[in-house]
Amino acid sequence: MVKFWAMGFEGEVVQRLIPEFERRNPQLRVEVQQLPITAAHEKLLTAFAGDSLPDVGAIGNTWISEFALLDALEPLDRRLADTATLRGDDYFAGAWDTGVIDGRTYAVPWYVETRLPYYRKDLLAQAGVERPPATWAEWQQAMAAIKREVGPDRYAVLFPLNEPEPLLNLGIQSPDPLLRDNGRYGNFRSPGFKRALAFYREAFDRKWAPLASNTQIANVWNEFGRGYFSFYVNGPWNIAEFRKRLPAELQDRWMTMPLPGEHGPGASVAGGASFVLFRGSQRADAAWKLIAYLSEPGVQVRFHGLSGNLPPRRASWNAPALLADPYARAFRDQLERARPTPKVPEWERIAMEIKLVGEQLANGRLSVDQAAAELDRRADRILEKRRWMLDHHTIGEAAGEGG
Amino acid sequence: MKPSTAGWVFAAPALSVIGVFFAVPVLAALALSLTDFDIYSLAHIENLRFVAFDNYLNLLRNPLFWSALGNTLYFVAVGVPLSIAVSLGAALLLHSRLAWFKPLFRTAFFAPVVTTVVAVAVIWRYLLHTRYGLINWGLAQLGIDPVDWLGDPDWAMPAIILFAVWKNFGYNMIIFLAGLQAIPEDLYEAARIDGASPARQFRHITLPILGPVLLMVSILTLAGYFQLFAEPYVITQGGPLQSTVSVLYLMYEEGFKWWNLGNASAVAFLLFVLMTATTSALMWIARRKGVE
Repeated sequence: MVKFWAMGFEGEVVQRLIPEFERRNPQLRVEVQQLPITAAHEKLLTAFAGDSLPDVGAIGNTWISEFALLDALEPLDRRLADTATLRGDDYFAGAWDTGVIDGRTYAVPWYVETRLPYYRKDLLAQAGVERPPATWAEWQQAMAAIKREVGPDRYAVLFPLNEPEPLLNLGIQSPDPLLRDNGRYGNFRSPGFKRALAFYREAFDRKWAPLASNTQIANVWNEFGRGYFSFYVNGPWNIAEFRKRLPAELQDRWMTMPLPGEHGPGASVAGGASFVLFRGSQRADAAWKLIAYLSEPGVQVRFHGLSGNLPPRRASWNAPALLADPYARAFRDQLERARPTPKVPEWERIAMEIKLVGEQLANGRLSVDQAAAELDRRADRILEKRRWMLDHHTIGEAAGEGG
Repeated sequence: MKPSTAGWVFAAPALSVIGVFFAVPVLAALALSLTDFDIYSLAHIENLRFVAFDNYLNLLRNPLFWSALGNTLYFVAVGVPLSIAVSLGAALLLHSRLAWFKPLFRTAFFAPVVTTVVAVAVIWRYLLHTRYGLINWGLAQLGIDPVDWLGDPDWAMPAIILFAVWKNFGYNMIIFLAGLQAIPEDLYEAARIDGASPARQFRHITLPILGPVLLMVSILTLAGYFQLFAEPYVITQGGPLQSTVSVLYLMYEEGFKWWNLGNASAVAFLLFVLMTATTSALMWIARRKGVE
């Protein structure tokens, strides 16, 4: 019996791929446990503390370095070398790189997520915006035009304040790394990140974006349908949601576009989830078979059909279902530019601070300079233990690198 | 066997249970709060440092701790009197001869206490919705502009208080009701014969006799409200702008979200000290006033 923990909706739909695996491997059985996505990080840490991790898990890409440092993960290089069907160079570089820490591979991407704007074609056209903006300046012009068109009660864009991703995706486009000195200190006062902060703040100052979190927008899909906002920066799972939830007459009025960057199509965070083998598993060989099976291009395409999640292998993208999907095209384009977040174990916590400081910035409680300084202050405090561990060499080989 | 030895023997089982399940964890937490125990220490024990009182000092230097403390005190200062007033009012209403269908209302008022926070919080989130919520719709009927209950940092805490009072008043109400029913009816009869108005009857008979019950309810409510956690966790996740982060919420995040057990223990101890001080002060006042 192989124990497999997966998060959220994916944990539910992956169960439909298991019978095929069990048919091919009659001596193996798989038990899938579904973790709620918002509590998955806590539950994994708790399971680590309680020594009750499963054999194989699908964990958030930004958590890999943390669990690698905790010595909770099995390095996969030897197994990868022995498995012909799993080739790292077929994966999008940014996604694959999230699982590589200090030259060792600890994770195999399962599905990738990068965030980009969903937009309303009709509303953009009404406002006189002829083609989707590709740079920040064009995006700002478009938002200003939409705001003029829709008036004070509606907005041009939704950046949910309870998520770090919108601001982080703007910030990761910067040429400057997010952390400096091998992840010892925050680098949020870099000119590049400050420009992202300024862009973010301006969207709220000019009332292009509402001061709202997802919990206040009771139903994002309905509000998008009502034209409460025209751009919504979010992940690929929403392709399926918008198809399902928007009324028929709106179906040809929305589209996806690459996230604008400062000077042309921009980078974004290589998110998503990756398979890891937990150390101490008694059934590592069987668990690896499961990973190899779920990573086959054909299985990935079936999984995409079931969940709407995007496959991390280029080979999978040659499937007709994905080639023909107009909404997936922008994601395919952007995945080549997706970047991993800094590989320090504290990143998840720093991302939360980006969310909190971003909220203060959006509310006008902090200026851009103050927000940058505050983020550095908070990140430096969180990284204090890491600095100490690096200086005293108590940190394992999987310490990760900053940048 | 000497009588005192016999006493210890009889008390020993209970004492050992208290020792194992209360004293040892508390002492362990106190020890933890002097270290920087975190998830890395769990992985490799050489990552553990003894930091003496650094956790406490850092907390006292952390603006978030102070704002969490402020939020908690706000919640206690407004919520506790409000909750007691509402439950006493409801109890008086249910006790009066005018009330109809007493069992029905008793059950209805008690129902929120036994339902789970998570379920009712979902409903309240809809009630409090800025544009589609029933509460703002009601206010609009009165000509009042919509309030962004959960999105405005000034309104989020009042909204949480409203929710908590609604959720909890039934419990105290039942205790008050029992207290009211224990007051001998002939006292009121005598007062009525002397010509005392209902207000004076309440002030000079009900309140003094209810004194000990009131004290107990205050202490229970105070202790409960200091441990504000579930409501902001479910409704606002501490937001907006961290205006509903309570001390216990902070401890939960430090301890169970990030596994910084050293820091979390320090937060827990500061809260413990604060609660002990407040309830002791309350007891002291009550004792001086002769209630108890």
